Amino acid sequence: MMKITIITGGMGSLYRSEEMASCQLFLQAEAAYACVSELGELGLVQFRDLNPDVNAFQRKFVNEVRRCEEMERKLRFLEKEIRKDEIPMLDTGDNPDAPAPREMIDLEATFEKLENEMKEVNANAEALKRNYLDLTELKHILRKTQTFFDEAMSDQGMTEESIVLLGEEAVKTSGQPLRLGFVAGVILRERIPPFERMLWRACRGNVFLRQTEILTPLEDPVTGDRVHKSVFIIFFQGDQLKSRVKKICEGFRATLYPCPETQAERREMSLGVTTRIEDLNTILSQTQDHRHRVLVAAAKDIKVWFIKVRKIKAVYHTLNMLNLDVTQKCLISECWCPIRDLEKIQMALRRGTERSGGSVPSILNRMETKEQPPTYNCTNKFTKVFQDIVDSYGVAGYREVNPAPFTIVSFPFLFSLMFGDAGHGTLMLLAAIAMVVFEKRILRQKSDNEIWNMFFDGRYIILLMGAFSLYAGLMYNDIFSKSINIFGSVWHPTSGEFSAEIIKTHKDLTLDPTNDTDYRGVPYPFGMDPAWQLSLNKIKWLNSFKMKISIIFGVGQMFFGVVLSLQNHRFFKDSISIFCEFLPQVIFLTCIFGYLIVLILHKWIAIDATDAGCAPSLLIGLINMFLLNYPEEPCSSRVPPGQKGLQSFLLILIILCVPWLLVLKPYILKRRYQATQQKSSSRLGTSTEDGKSAEDAIDGAIQDDSHGQYEEELNLLEIVVHQCIHTIEYCLGCISHTASYLRLWALSLAHAELSEVLWNMVFRVALKVDGYLGVISIYILFTPWACLTIAILLLMEALSAFLHTLRLHWIEFQSKFYKGDGYLFDPFSFDKIIESRADEV
Amino acid sequence: MTIPCCGPKCSGFCAFISVWGIIMLAVLGAFFYVHAPSLAEDLPINMPLWRKQDYNYNYVKDLYRKAAVNCWIAAGIYVATFILSCIMLKINLRQSNSS
Repeated sequence: MMKITIITGGMGSLYRSEEMASCQLFLQAEAAYACVSELGELGLVQFRDLNPDVNAFQRKFVNEVRRCEEMERKLRFLEKEIRKDEIPMLDTGDNPDAPAPREMIDLEATFEKLENEMKEVNANAEALKRNYLDLTELKHILRKTQTFFDEAMSDQGMTEESIVLLGEEAVKTSGQPLRLGFVAGVILRERIPPFERMLWRACRGNVFLRQTEILTPLEDPVTGDRVHKSVFIIFFQGDQLKSRVKKICEGFRATLYPCPETQAERREMSLGVTTRIEDLNTILSQTQDHRHRVLVAAAKDIKVWFIKVRKIKAVYHTLNMLNLDVTQKCLISECWCPIRDLEKIQMALRRGTERSGGSVPSILNRMETKEQPPTYNCTNKFTKVFQDIVDSYGVAGYREVNPAPFTIVSFPFLFSLMFGDAGHGTLMLLAAIAMVVFEKRILRQKSDNEIWNMFFDGRYIILLMGAFSLYAGLMYNDIFSKSINIFGSVWHPTSGEFSAEIIKTHKDLTLDPTNDTDYRGVPYPFGMDPAWQLSLNKIKWLNSFKMKISIIFGVGQMFFGVVLSLQNHRFFKDSISIFCEFLPQVIFLTCIFGYLIVLILHKWIAIDATDAGCAPSLLIGLINMFLLNYPEEPCSSRVPPGQKGLQSFLLILIILCVPWLLVLKPYILKRRYQATQQKSSSRLGTSTEDGKSAEDAIDGAIQDDSHGQYEEELNLLEIVVHQCIHTIEYCLGCISHTASYLRLWALSLAHAELSEVLWNMVFRVALKVDGYLGVISIYILFTPWACLTIAILLLMEALSAFLHTLRLHWIEFQSKFYKGDGYLFDPFSFDKIIESRADEV
Repeated sequence: MTIPCCGPKCSGFCAFISVWGIIMLAVLGAFFYVHAPSLAEDLPINMPLWRKQDYNYNYVKDLYRKAAVNCWIAAGIYVATFILSCIMLKINLRQSNSS
């Protein structure tokens, strides 16, 4: 019956991981590509690498992989250019199939053409920009040097040399031609001071530098940066100085331009330069337009191309893992796949064979193997986050009980015990509902923000945590640190006992629950009585209550964990462990902490306020049980008659459990091993003339081993040490983990106190302002109170409670049954590959 | 009206706080109006003045009513803030759509 339901499909069970089969796949060489791509679309097969020792460069399809990487490189280059121009890339959400190998050649040609075009356009643009820069600089020079010459012209009181600087008129004095030469150029503004200094030192002050800044920044053609430059002009006399000046200009990477001497020539040149600049501008803008058009056309398809190329590359990577068989016509692979989906895989293979037009069908053969299969848990969008929480600690062993389905309920529940505030729970619930209702829209947007993605992926767990916290807040009767009175408080101080004079004269009064006047006799029907919020001993009362329920829930969860270990032992047919591990564990836990819970319940039910002075202390009582110490003085009459005997009996049981857990299993294993050794040696001793009996002997020896595993020499020391560790871990762990569950009380106390302090320190200040100023103060102080509530109580406290709940699950709960020694099923799936690369890019 | 005084995230946050303020202050005002004892410690009780009145309960009732009215008026101001932040949000949306 069970087998039929598995094969007919539907949602797998989350209780244990799926049954996996190791299969051999025989693929015809022509059909291999198509079949593997179909399996990639399906995403249910994990291929094993049959060539692990082979170098990456010696694999069969290394050329194809190299071609794919070339294509990816070209695509990345294109993408970079598209991003530089800020063109939006269309993401239609299309999922194209992996193209056939012959299509790959077309794709390569397209990408090559595009890349060449882009490179050409870029090179042209660069050359044009360089030209543009030169012309612009020249234009600036012509304009600025005009001012230098003009200045010199207007100043009449200059020396003869300065007049000669003009070069307009060559004035001859005393026979020596004092004709001064000049060079004009452009240099980076930052380099001017060292440039000037160098000129002064090298030419011994015999050159004259004038410089002025170019106001608009110029664009560097290579890097595209905007730089500030200055125009300079250097006047000197003689050839030696000229060559020196030229060398210094070269060293400082200043560009020199030929500047005509006469003003008329300069004006002509300037006009020519302006027209050339205009022409260049038009050519540049046309080049940019062309580039833009090419990129826009590419941007439409680039995402689809990326997906196609990645799929091809993934298929060839997988094909590299396969083995070529003897006849060289068939590719063999080994893989893991879930038994439930064998039908689907067969159909995918059939589709692949049909698509490639092959005649020989591909064969899927189940294999027997001794390796541990991978762990595969079928999850949907709701259960995925809980499975991830469990997997983060350790992946479950193959077909071990999966803690995830229980985590769905116990995680929000323990969280809510620590976070119990109905107001905060409501806010958390609303936020989660918003995320869930708009989830399709948010999924389409694909944000990059890691923190937001973390919150969004956990929206279902936040929803549950919020809902459970709302309930816990109503139970604790705590809404933003205030209690609400729905059913009418059961504490009613009457005017008989508490008359007006008594109230006026006393600061604190105590209400007595034992008489009928203060306390109605019937407790508040749902949650904490609202009167407790106003009492002075609220914390003492709540502490006692919260500690006890923490212990009850903690021991309950641990007991459940031990019961799950029983399920594991039964499934793996490990009867030794049931008798030697499960039984002593259960007895140990029940005798100490089960008994403690009985005492707690007894104290709650049987003892009321009239016996308050003599109520039995739970912790001291437990310690006394172990020390066999029964003190006579306080309230000895309160001890029930059989309790001493019962506790002594339980103590004996507890002490017996420890050697039971420690010794029995190694002893039984050793005896079994010795028995099999004796049997096999005795059987071998008998005559082997009957071949059948020898076979029987070997069969018998193998059957004796209950795990069906290979016979191994029994390493007694290892087993004893392992059992020792297990015993100590369990026994000490029981006690320390139970105490660890008290954090449920501690965090809930901290949360309640933080909430109260925030109200008292921030919002109460606003409410205490009298009169109409109170309106302004309430309006102003509400916002910081709200922001601090969100930041401290909703984010920080919730994160803290989440972490503590996680710890309680991972350590206190799972250490009772969970081995966690498996590895995840990692199928060959295009969706996974594309998603993971999308995060990268 | 064309230049928003805060960006989209700021106005969204203001809108959220305003809604929370409206609901919470309205409910708080209602609880003050029905003389909830939980809120007794939040009242601006002037002890010497009250002692002079011989601890008359009407003094406290009056304070409760005043606190309720204060809360409701503050809730009303938050309604105005909410409308303002919605307008800012619309302006921001229009700007981001057009640019």
